[in-house]
Amino acid sequence: MIAIVDYGMGNLRSIQYKLNKFNVDAIVSSDPKEIEKADKLILPGVGHFGKGMENLKKKGLVEILRKKVIEDKAPVMGICLGVQLFTKHSEEGDAEGLGWIDAYVKKFDFSKENNNFRVPHVGWNKVKIAKKLKCWPDFSDDKRFYFTHSYYIECNDKEDVGGVSHYGHDFVSIIEKNNIFGTQFHPEKSHRDGFGLLMRFAEATC
Amino acid sequence: MLRPRVFPSLLLKGQGLAKGINFKNHRYIGDPMNAVKIFNDKEVDEMLFLDITATCEKRKPSIELIEKIADECFMPFSVGGGIDSIEDIRAILSAGAEKISINTAAVKNPSLIREAADIFGSQSIIVSIDVKKSWRGKYQVATHSGTKKTSLNPVEWAVEAESLGAGEICLNSIDNDGTMTGYDLELVKAVSEAVNAPVIACGGAGSVQDLHDVIHKAGASAAVAGSFFVFHGARRGVLINFPSREELDYIYKG
Repeated sequence: MIAIVDYGMGNLRSIQYKLNKFNVDAIVSSDPKEIEKADKLILPGVGHFGKGMENLKKKGLVEILRKKVIEDKAPVMGICLGVQLFTKHSEEGDAEGLGWIDAYVKKFDFSKENNNFRVPHVGWNKVKIAKKLKCWPDFSDDKRFYFTHSYYIECNDKEDVGGVSHYGHDFVSIIEKNNIFGTQFHPEKSHRDGFGLLMRFAEATC
Repeated sequence: MLRPRVFPSLLLKGQGLAKGINFKNHRYIGDPMNAVKIFNDKEVDEMLFLDITATCEKRKPSIELIEKIADECFMPFSVGGGIDSIEDIRAILSAGAEKISINTAAVKNPSLIREAADIFGSQSIIVSIDVKKSWRGKYQVATHSGTKKTSLNPVEWAVEAESLGAGEICLNSIDNDGTMTGYDLELVKAVSEAVNAPVIACGGAGSVQDLHDVIHKAGASAAVAGSFFVFHGARRGVLINFPSREELDYIYKG
């Protein structure tokens, strides 16, 4: 069973509905006991990083997430704000993250450059794969995914980078470190390519 | 480089889809879920739903309908109409919308933009601006689905909205709405040159060339159409359609 972790940061139901529609057993939960029973976790989320961490703490979810992901090595997929929370720190709210990935979250800033890059980065973009993804080994670069974010991840350890996208400069759009996986884009909103990724994560036995 | 977006704007009157001309004479054009399914199959970039009678009827968009749309949609979508509080925004985003659009409430209470952006992030807050040309040819911002004029200048208001935290500016020309005669390029250009946030252009699209021009001549980040994507032929029969791959390539490339 997959637990979609509810910490009050945006839309979760549609991910569950779509997984259920394709016969994947998925629940939305903020109950540590239920999350404990899950084989895999999805941490979605949109919104403010500082607020997201605050909610995780308030709902008493930090410890169970750490136990599942770090001790039990349960596969986890972060989406958008969710994957950012895996890092050590974000400029958004100047807040500490869960610290599972040696990475930092920074704000896109093109104000000193004379170019057309607007912030937030909203829209469809491509992903250049940085290594063979465990859940999608034959991932090709022609796919497109939906992004909407003002902050991006920078990894200290290049080994953790699963894929990069380009917006003014390269930024990390897929993270993969052992059982920890995440995408800056929204697979649940990215038509066939995105849903293919979500289903591959759901069905992967790794 | 991020490619421009092309997508439909669908007007809701409660539970049904409607479309008018110059923000008036709306006629029922069908069931929103049917349109969602068709646009899903066509893999459109996103969708914008605006409940056009919500503000005047002092209602909110239907949460039940938003949940249904979110379940079916494999793409991001935004919802606007009658939204005037943080609670409204939270309810709509939790129902599965990616973004919300505020218009009248933002004019009445600009601090709502800042508050909403702080809580939900700028990327989920669209400030929608309806613009009408006065008899002197001056652009003026209108509210309440175009029924109330304000003294605001759209360029200045867009700049202020962005500085308060709006992630996108949705610009709608009331004069061009539903006419299918092309966007108001002058208006779109003025606003997109003044702000850094992406500008979504609405109002007037009637051809692939129009979509192309508003992006490449006026600097819009997104070209949105209503009538052009739901009507067909001179008699405006309802037929949901969308540019082909080749046409989209032309629109994207410039």
